[in-house]
Amino acid sequence: MRPIATTRAATGTATGKLAVWWVLASEVVIFGGLLASYVMFRLGHPEWADAAAVTNTYIGAFNTWVLLTSSLTAVLAHQAAERGDGKRAARWLYCTILGAATFIGVKTYEWWYEISHGYTITSNGFWAFYYSAAGLHAFHVIAGAVIMAFVARDAARGRELHRVELIGIYWHFVDIVWIFLFPLLYIAK
Amino acid sequence: MSELAVDLTHGDAHHDDHADHGPQGWLKYLWSTDHKVIAMQYMFTGMFMALIGGFMAYVFRMQLAFPGIEVPGYFGSVSPGEYNALVTNHGTIMIFWVAMPVLLAAFGNYLIPLMVGADDMVFPKINRLSFQVFFVSTIVILASLVVEGGGFAGAWTAYPPLSADSTYNLTPLGSTLWLIGVGLEFVAFLLGGINFITTLMNSRAPGMRAFDVPIVVWMIVVASILFMLSVGPLLAGAIMLLFDQTLGTGFFNPATGGDPILWQHLFWFFGHPEVYVVLLPAMGVVIEIITTFARKKLFAYRTVIFTIVATGVLSFFVWAHHQFVAGIDPRMANIFTVTTLLISVPIAELCFIYIATLYRGSITLSTPMLWGLAFVAEFLIGGVTGIFLGAAGADIYFHDTYFVLAHFHYTFFPIAIIGTFAAFTYWFPKMFGKMMSERLGKWHFWFTIIPFNVIFIPLFVLGMGGQHRRIYNYQHFPELAGDGFQSMRIIATVALLVMLAAQFIFFYNCFRSWRAGAKASKNPWKANSLEWTTESPPPHGNWRPDRMPVVYRGPYEYSVPGREKDYWPQNEPK
Repeated sequence: MRPIATTRAATGTATGKLAVWWVLASEVVIFGGLLASYVMFRLGHPEWADAAAVTNTYIGAFNTWVLLTSSLTAVLAHQAAERGDGKRAARWLYCTILGAATFIGVKTYEWWYEISHGYTITSNGFWAFYYSAAGLHAFHVIAGAVIMAFVARDAARGRELHRVELIGIYWHFVDIVWIFLFPLLYIAK
Repeated sequence: MSELAVDLTHGDAHHDDHADHGPQGWLKYLWSTDHKVIAMQYMFTGMFMALIGGFMAYVFRMQLAFPGIEVPGYFGSVSPGEYNALVTNHGTIMIFWVAMPVLLAAFGNYLIPLMVGADDMVFPKINRLSFQVFFVSTIVILASLVVEGGGFAGAWTAYPPLSADSTYNLTPLGSTLWLIGVGLEFVAFLLGGINFITTLMNSRAPGMRAFDVPIVVWMIVVASILFMLSVGPLLAGAIMLLFDQTLGTGFFNPATGGDPILWQHLFWFFGHPEVYVVLLPAMGVVIEIITTFARKKLFAYRTVIFTIVATGVLSFFVWAHHQFVAGIDPRMANIFTVTTLLISVPIAELCFIYIATLYRGSITLSTPMLWGLAFVAEFLIGGVTGIFLGAAGADIYFHDTYFVLAHFHYTFFPIAIIGTFAAFTYWFPKMFGKMMSERLGKWHFWFTIIPFNVIFIPLFVLGMGGQHRRIYNYQHFPELAGDGFQSMRIIATVALLVMLAAQFIFFYNCFRSWRAGAKASKNPWKANSLEWTTESPPPHGNWRPDRMPVVYRGPYEYSVPGREKDYWPQNEPK
């Protein structure tokens, strides 16, 4: 039996949605602390631009496009869930997971290429931040995709459709973090 | 008493309704999602860790008072490395494994659903996960003490490069486990905090508006928000430090373009709000107690709320007052001096609110009330000495002396120990259904409070005399080895022994009251908030599902003119 507490909504907003926003608030400060540290260091170390020049902006841009598209499919999943069409919502969520898989695949190639050319996490400060920040982000992409698979499985059977929106909110956050990472790590040479 | 309240006294049948849900016996305690069970798990884990932290204090104080002594119960004398590990982990454990789990997690879990009239947290399974992660973190931090090389010994602030490189700290395993333990503990409290915040926001009883919520619930929730917004950068910093330790990156190593001062910023950006994370719940507890035992309405309810929000906002702009000697720009130091002095204003305001609430009340000096009043008086000393340290000029002299140490023990001891005893003695009848012995409670109170002051007042004097912290044996320093100084160290240590011994009175009192105490009624203190409208102890689900409370007024309507009774429970329509 679900507790009565879980059925109340004194604020008028569903409890799950409130919780997702608070999770994001805590995530914002985690990434915020990391990126603020990076920016402070970068301003003090103009020579890091040489290391940044090694990163491949085209691959980064492709991955940005992949993530943005996956956010679009997450929105389409939400739209389908709002109409009560669980099957279609699940299909769009699977598309989003495919986007996540593409992103991680490209990232793996990228890292393999850079590491095999001798640019590892211990090479210098830039690479330490590069692997830590992008790695923390990739960890969020993978975690989000796994949770999304569970949500999609339920949605396909018409259950817990409100969760489609919640995982969508989280997915947009993962997307926005990348929007900050891409210029900071790739474009700023 | 109204009919509704009378009705609630006949709710015995529902014990059985819920009895056979979920696993039984020990499994019930391991896998329970009941907020009260999780609260007890946090409470007893926290108390166990308090014993360990207290034992550490005993060992290193013995070493300071009687250098080189074979400390009884410690299997020999204390080596310099062990001394550093003891003081480091004493600090870490007392803050992260005692103050946080007991004040925030145990009382937050216990009180929030009961006080807002809900049957549980909104995410009971996440709540359980929170404790499980916390439990793992406890095992990790305890394991870090006994691994090869010994426990981490680089102070609870873990400044690099000492903490980052095992060729400096000589504890390769201990320092990494310490860091992982602290990181896991943060994750546990993030999970718990989200639960606290959303439960207050969404699961209030019908009729309970934002300004009808008891202050202690507000305080715990504001503290959870502060924690959530401040701990992120340190979590990022912990990942960086972990990489520095294990992978050999150089985030905090100047040789590879890193900066050790960055860690200090990340640590104190969390570390200073953290003070308010544990302070606010204790202040809330004291408000509940003094209104109940002064039989008087809380003075300026809304001002309290706005004050704690102001405190919370300000607490994010004071952190660099810990770094006045770290080479920060003097212009920055001025700014942080001003913000630090500013934050004493809302806290002083709260102290005046306590006094205004007590003024012309009809005061009963019960054990919880004594703890509550002691909190105000002792915390005031901690707060006032903080003004000296917040001013950059004075701090450059006082930095890293025993003056600092005595100052923050005068803040943390009232918070983590006095505040906890206040809360524990006040809610013990609700938690365990038995009344505690007042006589033993008062013996315990006086034998804790008097030795506490005898321990730390000499340490203020020693600090002003120039005695630095984190020194293993002062006999090695001729200017600190004099008889006057040493006798003050001995006084402090003897007082600590008395205080630690007095805790046996408390444990005996708990045990005896639990076994043979007088049975507690639903509302032994004649208080107003909702937890006093259910059984003592409350059953699973807190109230019968068809008799969940409805709220008609705020929680502090004591001695209302024209009413026969001097209290007015929140759920009584008239």
